[in-house]
Amino acid sequence: MNKNKEQLLNKRYKAEQRFRLYGQSAIFMALLFLTIFIFKIFSTGYSAFQKTWLIVPVNFDAELMMLDENPTKQDIEDADYYEIALQSMWNLDPNANEDQQNQLKRMVSYFFEREIKQELLKDPNLLGKTKEVYLTASDDLDQVFKGNYPRDLPEDQRRVSDYQLKIFDQLVANGNVESKFNISFFTNADSREAELAGIASSFMGSIFSILVCLMIAFPVAVLAAIYLEEFAPKNRFTDFIEVNINNLAAVPSIVFGLLGLGVLLAIFQLPRSTPLVGGITLSLMTLPTIIIAARASLKAVPPSIREAALAMGASRMQTTMHHTVPLSMPGTLSGTIIGLAQALGETAPLILIGMVAFVNTIPGSPMDPAASLPVQIYIWAESAERGFVEKVSACIMVLLSFLIIMNLFAQIIRHKFEKKWS
Amino acid sequence: MNLILFTFIVLLGFTSYYFGRKKAYTIQSTKKRLTALPQFYGYYLAIWCAIPAFIIFSLWAIFEPTIVKLLVLNDYSNQGYLDDELNLIYEKTKALSRGQFTGEITPFIEASAEKYLSLRSIAQSSKVVIVLSIIIASVAYAYKRISSNSRTREPVEKFLNAVLFTASLAAILTTVGIVFSLIFQTIDFFKVIPLFDFVFGTHWYPAKAFVRDSSEALDPSMYSDTFGAVPIFAGTFFIAFIAMCVAIPIGLMSGIYLAEYASSKVRQYAKPLIEILAGIPTVVYGFFAALTVGPFLKELGTSMGLEVSAESALAAGGVMGIMIIPFISSLSDDVITSVPQSLRDGSYAMGATKSETIKRVIFPAALPGIVGSILLGVSRAIGETMIVVMASGLAANLTLNPLESTSTITAQIVVILIGDQAFGDPKTQAAFALGMSLFLVTLCLNIVALRVVKKYREKYE
Repeated sequence: MNKNKEQLLNKRYKAEQRFRLYGQSAIFMALLFLTIFIFKIFSTGYSAFQKTWLIVPVNFDAELMMLDENPTKQDIEDADYYEIALQSMWNLDPNANEDQQNQLKRMVSYFFEREIKQELLKDPNLLGKTKEVYLTASDDLDQVFKGNYPRDLPEDQRRVSDYQLKIFDQLVANGNVESKFNISFFTNADSREAELAGIASSFMGSIFSILVCLMIAFPVAVLAAIYLEEFAPKNRFTDFIEVNINNLAAVPSIVFGLLGLGVLLAIFQLPRSTPLVGGITLSLMTLPTIIIAARASLKAVPPSIREAALAMGASRMQTTMHHTVPLSMPGTLSGTIIGLAQALGETAPLILIGMVAFVNTIPGSPMDPAASLPVQIYIWAESAERGFVEKVSACIMVLLSFLIIMNLFAQIIRHKFEKKWS
Repeated sequence: MNLILFTFIVLLGFTSYYFGRKKAYTIQSTKKRLTALPQFYGYYLAIWCAIPAFIIFSLWAIFEPTIVKLLVLNDYSNQGYLDDELNLIYEKTKALSRGQFTGEITPFIEASAEKYLSLRSIAQSSKVVIVLSIIIASVAYAYKRISSNSRTREPVEKFLNAVLFTASLAAILTTVGIVFSLIFQTIDFFKVIPLFDFVFGTHWYPAKAFVRDSSEALDPSMYSDTFGAVPIFAGTFFIAFIAMCVAIPIGLMSGIYLAEYASSKVRQYAKPLIEILAGIPTVVYGFFAALTVGPFLKELGTSMGLEVSAESALAAGGVMGIMIIPFISSLSDDVITSVPQSLRDGSYAMGATKSETIKRVIFPAALPGIVGSILLGVSRAIGETMIVVMASGLAANLTLNPLESTSTITAQIVVILIGDQAFGDPKTQAAFALGMSLFLVTLCLNIVALRVVKKYREKYE
């Protein structure tokens, strides 16, 4: 009998331990996913911050550039650089046949002409002399240099030919290939060529959308929260508004995209693909988040504050505007930042309103067509070229760091400025 | 021009605030008692100065283009033009008046361009005149009221109250906007495709509806068997089911562990770390699913001799499940912590172990809240877009094999609406009809879930 009891107790204790283990492994799994996730993004993305350059001697031959003696600055600006650019690539292998010459040309980006021009504009004395110029390598060679390219594939299955690899290896052996920090990733707009593509256009698109979103959502949400928390009578209509807000917070984001498409674009005829429409759509989405946060922080202001103000003869409006609202601001602001961080990461509604269009200029105002960072991730992730994979990860790293900064900021505001009532 | 006028009104508003306040001080200096604080005099004057002007200004901005268009096109009435042709003429007119017209200039269009320009300039100048006179009239009225020292605080506060109330209508307006944008296209869609075919049809192939000559009239028989949404609905619920299979056990167990077992130190670090998962944008999950999980599953399957699609439902659903873990864990954590301590104490006093207490006492007590949080998770899974668009297939297969690719409502909406849309095309309308069904399904789930959670909260308050 006693032994039986002990067995039973042991069994129960074991069950207890098992249950505890389940809990621990659940937490462990969740954290494991997070780690794998971040590791994967960083390991594929960090290389995009480096860019491969070929160092090629360029002969600035005035005759080939159709320049007279003593050219003015304007002449240099207008000169023909294509010939000398071609010649300098062809000179890498003087014995190349026509097909090979073509392959040589494709070892650098199609920007190579402009890069040579920049060099001469910087120093016009180079005219007639030869100088080694840094040229952006094609995205495939960039990947080869970073060791991401499957060189052992059969030649007909890869875009880099054996010939190009041979020349490239020679250049590497001579120390004429260099990897430098990829500034153009941050300053260039999107491009069809992976080696030239940058995030400047989508970054500005995101900034404009978020600004529009902030300018609409923040005032409306704060005013709505003040009304609902401080002034609204308790009746069916107020209940209805409340149900509406809670529901909107859980409506799938793509439905807001349909709203933007069906109302903002089709009825109000606002310009397609612009951060203006994107921002308005996102503001409708963040509205409930900010209202809920603002109401919570208004609710946290103790009634004694209101009673004291009222007792001093302030009107209800004065009490609210001079005392309750300022005291609730830290909570409201941190809620707003979190809402904006959500909006910054949103993709689906922006795709529907056309912010997925290919934009190769940097937008200067919310009325110019633009993409946004998450949409850029989507666009690049869908393209087949190998060079875009690391760009996607790098873009994700930029996006995530913004989200982290925003969330930290929200935390700081909350902890530093929020008054603790006890 | 509009911007200048706008800035002007704003500046006038600010100036009148100072004038109003100054007036209050002059009244005060005559030893009269003020009816409100001096700044209320200022607010009163500023509101009267700016608000009527703004109302006129915005009404003008809304109606001016329509009226000008009507007047310009008036010349072309009775000439038997179709609406589309008239619109084209108007576009040409506007282009010509901007000097951007490239086509052949006919005298007709030239005449209407001139008319357009003159109408526009008349409209502009009359707008300025009317707005200015409104400002003068309303400021004069308000100034008289101030001078006679009548009440200013009450009207100002009433106005503010009205502004607050209007802002609170934004949520309702958004809901109305959603329904409004969905319903017309949906109704049009069901005029062409019978509701029955949509709800019970098993072939979804919207691309077929797009390949048609625009000169052909709409022929409903062409669309039979192209818009059967059963595979889409099935795919949506299937992927959501896979996601919940991942999210419920992990989310629930970590919620329970954090609430009942974890020391405050573990809780302090583990909780925010898990919540990071909720803050990661879904497009990032989509990339992860498409680039890492999909190929990994395919390789794993091939090594076990299974046929796995690179865009399997399992990859999309699994990654979606990871995304939902933090929702379920933090919601159930909240729910479990709000179960009163007395229930625990009672159970311990009877000799129950911690896990027995959780399983037999706390879990049943917290069940409604947990169900609510799971429903919210399901609603999120159904509405999730980017993961499915990027990681699952776009072809709508009717299958229950998690290793094949399926498609969902959200993915189909994106596929149909990406790029240029022609409103009036059944394919575009189909996307809105799908959006409507998505909205209705998630609405029901949300209402039920929020009700359940609210009821539960009230129980222990």
